[in-house]
Amino acid sequence: MNVIQKQVIIIGGGPGGLAAAAELKKKGVEQILILEREHTPGGILRQCIHDGFGLTRFGETLSGPEYAQRFIDQVHELGIEIVTDATVIGLTEDRLVTAASRNGLLQYQADAVILTMGCRERTRGALSIPGERPSGVFTAGTAQAYINLKNKMVGKNVIILGSGDIGMIMARRMTLEGAHVQAVFEIQPYPSGLPRNIEQCLNDYHIPLYLSHTVTNIKGHNRLEAVTVSQVDEHLKSIPGTEKEYACDTLILSVGLIPENELSLMAGVTLDPRTKGAVVDEAYQTSVPGIFAAGNVLHVHDLVDFVSLEAERLADSVAAYLEHGLTPAEISIETEGLIGYTVPQKISGTRDVTLSFRPRKPMRDCWVEIRQDDTCLVRKKYSRLLPAEMENISLPADKLVSKSRIKVVTSIE
Amino acid sequence: MNPRYDVLVIGAGVVGCSVARELSRYRLSIGVLEKGPDVCMETSSRNSAVLHAGYNNKTGSLMAKFCVEGNRTFDQAAKELDIPYRRTGKLVVGFTDEDREKLEGLKEQGERNGIEGIKIVERDFIDRKAPYVGGNFAMWSPTTAILSPFQFTFGMAENAASNGARFFFDSEVTGITHGHFHGSSFVPDFQAQAGEKSSEAASGAYDPDGGYLVETKSGQFFCRWVINCAGLGSDKISSMLGIDEYTLYPCRGEYFILDRNLSHMLPLPAYPVPNIKTGGLGIHLTPTLDGNIMVGPSTEYIDSREDYSATQAVMDMLIEDGGRIFPYLKKESFIRNFAGIRPKLAPPGVGGFHDFVIERRDSLAPHAVNLVGIESPGLTSAVPIAHEVIRLMKEVEPLAENPDFNPIRRRIVTFRDKSPEEQARLIAENPDYGDIICRCETITKAEVLAAIRGPLGAKTVTGVKYRCRAMMGRCQGGYCQPKITELLMEEKGIRPEDLTYERRGSYLFTGEVREK
Repeated sequence: MNVIQKQVIIIGGGPGGLAAAAELKKKGVEQILILEREHTPGGILRQCIHDGFGLTRFGETLSGPEYAQRFIDQVHELGIEIVTDATVIGLTEDRLVTAASRNGLLQYQADAVILTMGCRERTRGALSIPGERPSGVFTAGTAQAYINLKNKMVGKNVIILGSGDIGMIMARRMTLEGAHVQAVFEIQPYPSGLPRNIEQCLNDYHIPLYLSHTVTNIKGHNRLEAVTVSQVDEHLKSIPGTEKEYACDTLILSVGLIPENELSLMAGVTLDPRTKGAVVDEAYQTSVPGIFAAGNVLHVHDLVDFVSLEAERLADSVAAYLEHGLTPAEISIETEGLIGYTVPQKISGTRDVTLSFRPRKPMRDCWVEIRQDDTCLVRKKYSRLLPAEMENISLPADKLVSKSRIKVVTSIE
Repeated sequence: MNPRYDVLVIGAGVVGCSVARELSRYRLSIGVLEKGPDVCMETSSRNSAVLHAGYNNKTGSLMAKFCVEGNRTFDQAAKELDIPYRRTGKLVVGFTDEDREKLEGLKEQGERNGIEGIKIVERDFIDRKAPYVGGNFAMWSPTTAILSPFQFTFGMAENAASNGARFFFDSEVTGITHGHFHGSSFVPDFQAQAGEKSSEAASGAYDPDGGYLVETKSGQFFCRWVINCAGLGSDKISSMLGIDEYTLYPCRGEYFILDRNLSHMLPLPAYPVPNIKTGGLGIHLTPTLDGNIMVGPSTEYIDSREDYSATQAVMDMLIEDGGRIFPYLKKESFIRNFAGIRPKLAPPGVGGFHDFVIERRDSLAPHAVNLVGIESPGLTSAVPIAHEVIRLMKEVEPLAENPDFNPIRRRIVTFRDKSPEEQARLIAENPDYGDIICRCETITKAEVLAAIRGPLGAKTVTGVKYRCRAMMGRCQGGYCQPKITELLMEEKGIRPEDLTYERRGSYLFTGEVREK
């Protein structure tokens, strides 16, 4: 089979892949190819027709397709090659990329591979919600694809489980299309989506949000007829006696996103069980040399603006990798207390880095500290930390006191 | 009068499809009446997908006889029908002295049933065969296999159809009336004048003009023979035939399906020592041909024959019991749960297994073969059961062989398991093979279209899933279901509000969002 040589292959033409491609080209990398499985680039943004994208990046509010178009235009203007309708089905640790397309099986050998495959949704099966299996149970993203891309209305009388951002956006979207959205139920004692979405998608439409509640039964032999909702205790176990039945024809699940790392695993990339994305260093290089990852495939972001930024930081280091190689990263970063994870998970200590993290629970008036050998390297005060929001904290290289591991911790005082 | 069939088979599960296929070897006009919208909708698609060896059933029973025979002759059926299966062998693991004693008994029963190669093995053997499986010792059953129950059932149905059998879906049987054909008309027994009434029903003597009017939700059908293969409805059909003595006790079994990423840890089915009294084989772990693992099933007698609910208590129990023989069971790996319902003749108080009923009761229902209580090992026994049906028919009338019968059926050519060279060739021949629809299972547009366009093609979402495996992966159709529903509507000319997920009434859409 004919194997085509490329400097960089980017798997996935969503916001991460597009931003990485444009930045790489600006850095002088010539042979870039984006492989995109859909007919048009843009990734999940294609179906996100609501606004609110780009406030950080462009200082204005755009719809998902508008935000994506700015990057697509750049990619076209820069003359970057993009092959759509091509699904990558193979990736080796030697960076041999195989894609299926209607034009044939395509094989590429790349000096560097960038993983920007995004994420998928958690399903009913993963949650193991008891009950029957009627139609009318959709993940929020699938319902969004049906309504916004396929022009199909999925139901009229809606319950939403999970306060993820897409779920709340679908609460508003379905209301605007004439459906009755009764309520959003969240098993955690705090919302999992952004405060602005609670305001603009629920409160503005008088849709109640019930925390510490979950769906404990699904009824309907053919189409969904009702769900039972129960309150949960502090261990997230349902409390007997609190069951309430809601008649409905549609249940929308917005219960979490999982980075889509099937190809990464195929290439032998090590994953972080906390993020379900690759373990990367400050260059966004995975455990397999020459394979890099950014965006939602690395860790689930709250805003696309940060995906673009992260992909551009990645592009800088891929350009450096192609030119002169990278400094090995041997300082591992651990988390303690209420810090859920950090990205990157290891650094070289030779340059300034930005650590992304999320707290595992909401916190008020707390400090986040970066420590090494019992020395506090960086300390930053936060008036509030929410699991829904990804945070960034800078760690200048000159603050490091040794080559030993680093800890990121929270403290209250 | 509607067309008159030589034989009407009631039920398009694995047994009905097997009977239809074996009947199509003869010069007979065959109709298959199915209440659901597709083949393989109930117990046939909701089970452990295991080709049993036959040691669990009492020596001398039909269950033992047909199970052993079905296992032994499966290679031939699989070859003709292109059914994927793998003779993995199976371990029945034990922990205590009492377990060992029971396993010895099971082994002896298996040997009496004519199974070769079963033996008691120690931990070192388990370590070599399946190191992640728990247990101190085990019974090794080398002939047990895993198979695709979907491909088995669809294979027989498609082959029957291509040999002339006609399938009628959404055709639940509502009444069966015995009577006589007089030229082109049918006279029910209750309308016949004195003297005209045949002595058939009373004497059981063969009358070539005797036959049935079968009323269904899709209209009337006429036939000479009725074969009751109605599974969970077989006691009701039996009563409609006039054989009023059977009651089925629905017994639900719930399962979990685990992600393929654990497939390397379980190369073969691992069962606990069965407590036959419960009416099941215990919570076991079975790999599927595609690399998932199934955990289950529970045994719970329920009132409904169509309540496929999963319950919290049983789900918790599955995790605990399954964890005994497979300690690596993690909730993180769950991708789906499902339930099946066993059509049991053994009532709740009694439990255990009641033998298959496969009978001709000429005095009550001439020209009818009555199959009731075909539960496990019904899948394994499906072909020998069909042979038995034909034997019972031949006792009454000779059947002439169909010289045009073609036993060969080929399944949809899959993309995923091919080498890159073969994949390239497939795409060159048909570009739809280059269009990946289901990303988790790497199912192409060519396969989805073949599922829709093929013989007895799919018209529901589940129909596509069962035929080509799209949507069975870890995202459960989150990505590809919108593409598949679009193809279904285009290909079949279905309006959005008429598209169903599975059963009638399981609509997916209330309509278009905006008029175009």
